[in-house]
Amino acid sequence: MSARAGSPDFPGILRDSGLVALVALFLAFPLVGFHTIDQGGGAGMGIETRFPWVVVAVAAAFVGRFLQLALLRTHAPVAVERSLSRLGEVFQRNTVWIAAAAITFAIVLPMLPFADRRLVDLATLVLTYVMLGWGLNIVVGLAGLLDLGYVAFYAVGAYSFALFALHFDFTFWMALPIAGLFAAAFGVLLGFPVLRLRGDYLAIVTLGFGEIIRIILLNWYPVTRGPNGISDIPRPSFFGLEFTRRPAEGEVAFHEFFGLEYSGLHRIVFLYYLILALALITNLFTLRIRRLPIGRAWEALREDEIACRTLGINPTNTKLSAFAIGAMFGGFAGSFFAARQGFVSPESFTFVESALILAVVVLGGMGSQVGVVIAAIILVGLPEWFRDLQEYRMLVFGGAMVAIMVWRPRGLIAHRDPTVRLGVPQRPEPSA
Amino acid sequence: MLTVRGVHTFYGNIEALRGVDLDVAAGEIVSLIGANGAGKSTLLMTICGNPRAARGTISFEGEDITHEETYRIVRRGIAQAPEGRRIFPHMTVIENLQLGALVAPEEHFEDDLRRVFELFPRLRERQTQRGGTLSGGEQQMLAIGRALMSRPRLLLLDEPSLGLAPLVVRQIYDVVREINEQQHVTIFLVEQNAFNALRLAHRGYVMVTGRITMTGTGRELLTNREVRAAYLEGGQPTVRVGG
Ligand SMILES: Nc1ncnc2c1ncn2[C@@H]1O[C@H](COP(=O)(O)OP(=O)(O)OP(=O)(O)O)[C@@H](O)[C@H]1O
Ligand SMILES: [Mg+2]
Repeated sequence: MSARAGSPDFPGILRDSGLVALVALFLAFPLVGFHTIDQGGGAGMGIETRFPWVVVAVAAAFVGRFLQLALLRTHAPVAVERSLSRLGEVFQRNTVWIAAAAITFAIVLPMLPFADRRLVDLATLVLTYVMLGWGLNIVVGLAGLLDLGYVAFYAVGAYSFALFALHFDFTFWMALPIAGLFAAAFGVLLGFPVLRLRGDYLAIVTLGFGEIIRIILLNWYPVTRGPNGISDIPRPSFFGLEFTRRPAEGEVAFHEFFGLEYSGLHRIVFLYYLILALALITNLFTLRIRRLPIGRAWEALREDEIACRTLGINPTNTKLSAFAIGAMFGGFAGSFFAARQGFVSPESFTFVESALILAVVVLGGMGSQVGVVIAAIILVGLPEWFRDLQEYRMLVFGGAMVAIMVWRPRGLIAHRDPTVRLGVPQRPEPSA
Repeated sequence: MLTVRGVHTFYGNIEALRGVDLDVAAGEIVSLIGANGAGKSTLLMTICGNPRAARGTISFEGEDITHEETYRIVRRGIAQAPEGRRIFPHMTVIENLQLGALVAPEEHFEDDLRRVFELFPRLRERQTQRGGTLSGGEQQMLAIGRALMSRPRLLLLDEPSLGLAPLVVRQIYDVVREINEQQHVTIFLVEQNAFNALRLAHRGYVMVTGRITMTGTGRELLTNREVRAAYLEGGQPTVRVGG
């Protein structure tokens, strides 16, 4: 039918595949070709060569590219792309229903028959990243400020709770607002020096900021206990009811109060609901603030800073508030993290975390709340679920990233929801 | 209302404004014409404090605003529909208008919105469309509408007729006159399209390479031989006007 359906240009395809194979060779030779092994017996590290695997990798790249060009180019991608974008449209039109269904599902999840400890734990982890994604989304998605150091605020939140618990016996609930406040203060601290920066430069400075915080945590031994971290962080209670088998003198445990058999699952489920509530608060807050002047100003700032100035928007305050509020939610999530683990150390707050959170936001589709959830499930949930597959799960992770970039270069849900559906209601004229 | 005295503006080493003197009285429509690169847009932006005047003073309603922050200047009641329109492309028409209204008291929003829609019925039809997908003329209407939403007393317009069909240009100019006459907004207009701009204006200025070289009523400038040669009859603006 169409001109493109004709026979493919084989010499061209071969050349292209050869080129891809060459790139694969360059990558695979050092990465796959050599493998460090522990020689045991105090002999230290040795190097093993794995050249056959290099050949396999190069061949796979060649064949894969060849098949992609010969088969997919001519038929599939258009169809795939179209069905994906149609899926996206269906999503947009039914956002409210999908969101309601997703929230309902999230609420009943721990009660479902197949919800074992592992699944609830995993869901808690995914929700932590959903919350972080939504928090970072305020900075990156709404205000358009590329922040590569978001994990710093997560760390500030976690350590705030840990330190206040250690020195002043603060409970989770007392520390939560403080953690948010501290993180917000650090957000402003980061915001000031980067007010004039945009894009690449902003990204570099924020990345440095994230590292600085981690290195301080690592080296300020008297306060943070350095690499040893802080342990014995109190677990959050349910309105004062502890989740312990044998509560301390004069206290009542959760299972005693409700007359239940003690179960370790209670705490797990409680933590799950806790992060679900925190995440939903983040989401509601974002939805609400987008309709307020400050939220509008954030989005406008992302689009055109000069236009913003000529509309009377104060760019300094606008940026600082975006940093502060985004950081605040990172801080909340951080103190949840500390409460859940019962232990914090600088190791949990490396750049990889920032990158993962950013990937959740960007791949989800900048500014899309639903996209963040889907991306968190794909990028955090799946690799964790397939942990048994060990390093192959990273292959899946990489594959998922590439697939998204190829088919949804602007993110899974690349669509900005207008904050106003119909400003001045336009009633359909009654046909007389 | 607006007084500009001896203003010099630099972009690095380039002196874009070389001592500009200019007045706009309340209730007037004043047009500024000049060739490409004369510094017209620079003057409008300098009035808003971005870039800042290196020398000279700018005052608005008797108060010196030369060194004020852009957003504060705007909150005093100066709105600008800047060069290139600069509407927010991913936001809908209504959201663009809301952003214009950020500095205005909230209780006026509904009325102001209705007024803008009366001026530009096209915008009402397209209120949920994204700014970036509007036609050039519609974008210009939106830029003006957005500026009006802040309830300015002085409206700065940078080449509102750029790239528009003659009919749309007429429409926009009619609206500008209406805004001036009925809403008593003072208007300072920058144009390449000298004929329309001078016909509309009470007074006009001619700018050549960063200096004001001529001034007079709109009619005077329209009939001036040098202006006609330089800006109205396709002549080269190399004729030394005013000298
Ligand atoms: N951001 C900038 N950096 C450096 N030079 C600039 C900048 N903006 C403008 N200029 C220079 O300043 C001079 C005046 O520019 P301006 O935009 O004010 O001209 P204009 O009269 O508005 O022209 P046009 O009618 O083409 O819009 C030009 O020579 C231009 O190259
Ligand atoms: Mg210009």
